[in-house]
Amino acid sequence: MVENFAGALGHIFNLYNFMLMTLGVAVGIVVGALPGLTATMALAVLVPFTFIMDPATGLMTLGGIYVGAIYGGCISAILINTPGTPSAIATTFDGYPLAQKGKGEHALVAAAFSSGVGGVIGALVLIFLAPLLVEVALKFGPPEYFWLAIFGLTIISTLAAKSILKGLIGGALGLLVSTVGLAPIGGEMRYTFGFYQLQGGIELIVALIGFFCIPEILNMIADKKIGSGQVGKLQSRTGVAGSVMMALIKQPVLLIRSAIIGAFVGIVPGAGGNVAGLVSYNEAVRWSKDSEKFGTGMLEGVAASEAANNSEVGGSLVPLLTLGIPGAPPAAVIMGALLLHGLRPGPDLFIQHGAITYTFLLSLVVANVVMFVLGFFGAKHIARMINLPANYLAPLIAFMTVIGSYAIRNNMLDVVIMVTMGLAGYILRRLDFHPGPIVLGMILGPIAEKGLVQSLMLARSQESIAVVFFTRPISLVLIILCIISAAWPVVAGFRKKHSERLREQTVDGTREVTADG
Amino acid sequence: MRQVKCLSVLFVLLLAMVMVVGCGGEQVADEKKSVADKVTEEDQKPDFPTRPVTYIIPFNPGGQSDVEARRQQPLLEEFLSTSIVIQYKPGGGGALGWTELMHAKADGYTISGINIPHIILQPIARDNAGYTTEQIKPIAIFQGTPIGLAVLKDSPFDTLEDLVNYAKEHPGKVTVGGSGKWSGHHIALLQLEALAGIEFNYVPSTGAAPSVSQFLGGHTDALFANSNDLVTHKDRIKVLGLGSDERFEALADVPTFIELGYSMTPSIDRGAAVPPETPDEVKKVLEDAFVRVMNNESVRKQMIEQGFVPLRLDAVAAQEHINKKQLEYTKLLKELNLP
Repeated sequence: MVENFAGALGHIFNLYNFMLMTLGVAVGIVVGALPGLTATMALAVLVPFTFIMDPATGLMTLGGIYVGAIYGGCISAILINTPGTPSAIATTFDGYPLAQKGKGEHALVAAAFSSGVGGVIGALVLIFLAPLLVEVALKFGPPEYFWLAIFGLTIISTLAAKSILKGLIGGALGLLVSTVGLAPIGGEMRYTFGFYQLQGGIELIVALIGFFCIPEILNMIADKKIGSGQVGKLQSRTGVAGSVMMALIKQPVLLIRSAIIGAFVGIVPGAGGNVAGLVSYNEAVRWSKDSEKFGTGMLEGVAASEAANNSEVGGSLVPLLTLGIPGAPPAAVIMGALLLHGLRPGPDLFIQHGAITYTFLLSLVVANVVMFVLGFFGAKHIARMINLPANYLAPLIAFMTVIGSYAIRNNMLDVVIMVTMGLAGYILRRLDFHPGPIVLGMILGPIAEKGLVQSLMLARSQESIAVVFFTRPISLVLIILCIISAAWPVVAGFRKKHSERLREQTVDGTREVTADG
Repeated sequence: MRQVKCLSVLFVLLLAMVMVVGCGGEQVADEKKSVADKVTEEDQKPDFPTRPVTYIIPFNPGGQSDVEARRQQPLLEEFLSTSIVIQYKPGGGGALGWTELMHAKADGYTISGINIPHIILQPIARDNAGYTTEQIKPIAIFQGTPIGLAVLKDSPFDTLEDLVNYAKEHPGKVTVGGSGKWSGHHIALLQLEALAGIEFNYVPSTGAAPSVSQFLGGHTDALFANSNDLVTHKDRIKVLGLGSDERFEALADVPTFIELGYSMTPSIDRGAAVPPETPDEVKKVLEDAFVRVMNNESVRKQMIEQGFVPLRLDAVAAQEHINKKQLEYTKLLKELNLP
């Protein structure tokens, strides 16, 4: 392994390889920042260019694109409230309020720094713990996926703390949207209304663009910002970057916890960076002392989401490289590239092709550093984009939403769906619905459904359904987590009331004491 | 003001990128057109292709259909002297892409990857699949993926006979994983059940990868899987039988189902097709290009290494193959009174 590392470093810091990887990161950031062009698309389009390179160089470039694209998603999330890739959904919750306060640069630096830290931790997990962790990933069967999805849905209780009812309605709407198309297991057609294009269901990214982007454009117009002024004013200040980084370095627990969540979610095949970011954001809210301030522009919220989704990159490659099972859609494209270069995932990869594999793995660490440097120095300039007058910005964003939603499957109906979702999103937002629960429902619906249906099928071979759902150790842990998570706001509210009452009592007590005395 | 200008330039650049990525290299068309024109004049061939050909992949990027198309792409571009634009249309287990193919202009500029038995089983299973098997006009079938049945290394079953006998005594108790309903794996399972007179509990997944990971994690007792997956995981599993006519090179010690007394050769075969009504001379040009790809030694070698069977069926042979399989499956499903 050590000799492989030495050789790998030689490959990585070869000028040609290093430049191509840096270029990959830069291209990734740009593509990731554009809503509709996801990391998966970027990789798929650019894979052919790596054919002419030798395998190590090609994989380094692809790794750079993957890392860059997942980070790039935060840029549009922060500046225009639209996740550039699904991974950046949770970044919008606090990133956009920060940008509106004129602190876009703060948010971008926080995102670059936490992405870098998360990405490096994820890559290190991949390098040192892959064979161990993959055994854990395999323990996840249908019942575990079902409970994992239910656990994810309990996040609604934190996200919609203001109105649980609206949160639950939103979650149900999201689940409903996720059922459109062919049933994942049974293959029955649902809610397609005769449109064959709907067989494939509603593409998540199309829904996201509509749901996040369109209301923002409409808001710009509704608030009559057109012609008169700008969306948010960015004040240029010096020393922003340094202070933001210091603030985050002081919270190592936040960054490390988020990175571990990200890596773990990545390792479990089928759950991607979007789930990683949302779960990590939820934990950040839960463990924070000022949890009620989240959603109004907290750097911690941005950091939690970004550290997790970049750490997920390393995690998603664990089952891919050890077993040939991609942990997330972009990892599937990397697998295709590996095969085309004649590399077969599995133990062989680490033994026979150790030189190439370790070059790829170590290059992920380096790519994260490169990404941080690019993001760090770019933040100031990119953040200025928001100073553009709204009458330029609104049509540009509108134009990009159409291109983005069409490009994902080259399907015109997707554009119609995007606009429809956008209008629905605008109305729901006016009615004070948090977008989080709806999006959670859309992401977790299919995971929960697959888990439930397959578990019920497995139960046919058992004496009772309960054996499948309630007797497996990981399931039990997840069930306990679900109960804790769902009950948390109640507990937290009770604790708050209790402590207030305690304070009142002490006040009364002291009064009594004085009276007595 | 200067700032605004700079940003506008930046935006235009970004948008240009979106167009390039989104529209998949349409602008290459003009450059290549003149070259293609010259070639066609010299060769006295039909005036095709003069612009890029769209190759629909009805599955997700990174899947086997994508890998295969990417392998063919540079060769096809060379033989057709035009660029090949790969377009992903995932959905409905491939049905979305094939329906799109039916709606495409029948001028040869849109072709699609096809999978057998998907294109046969989907129209039987759903009355609204969006296409019929007869509408799909194959130009080649280039790859076979024999389907095998496997159990884990530590399983008590050592042979197919062991498993079949156990299943006979415990009907519906053996859980078997696979990819999808009315798919290659599902039909393989139905065939084996019918031939052996047994009943399994089939637990399908949404794709090959999740079914493999569920099986490796011990959540299902056995698995129907593609030969390439079986080769990848051969250290962890015992393959009990394989759906090829003869023994498979990469798994030479695994008996075929036929050797074991079950006359079935379940397989997933990949090919390419054009919309109905595509003119014969255009079809011929595409077919010739695919035939040259199929004859390429390095392509064949790579396929074998990765656990596939390279095939060489031209348009006529491919159509015969589809007809044969269609007959076989319709008969089976009728006997079983399904779906």
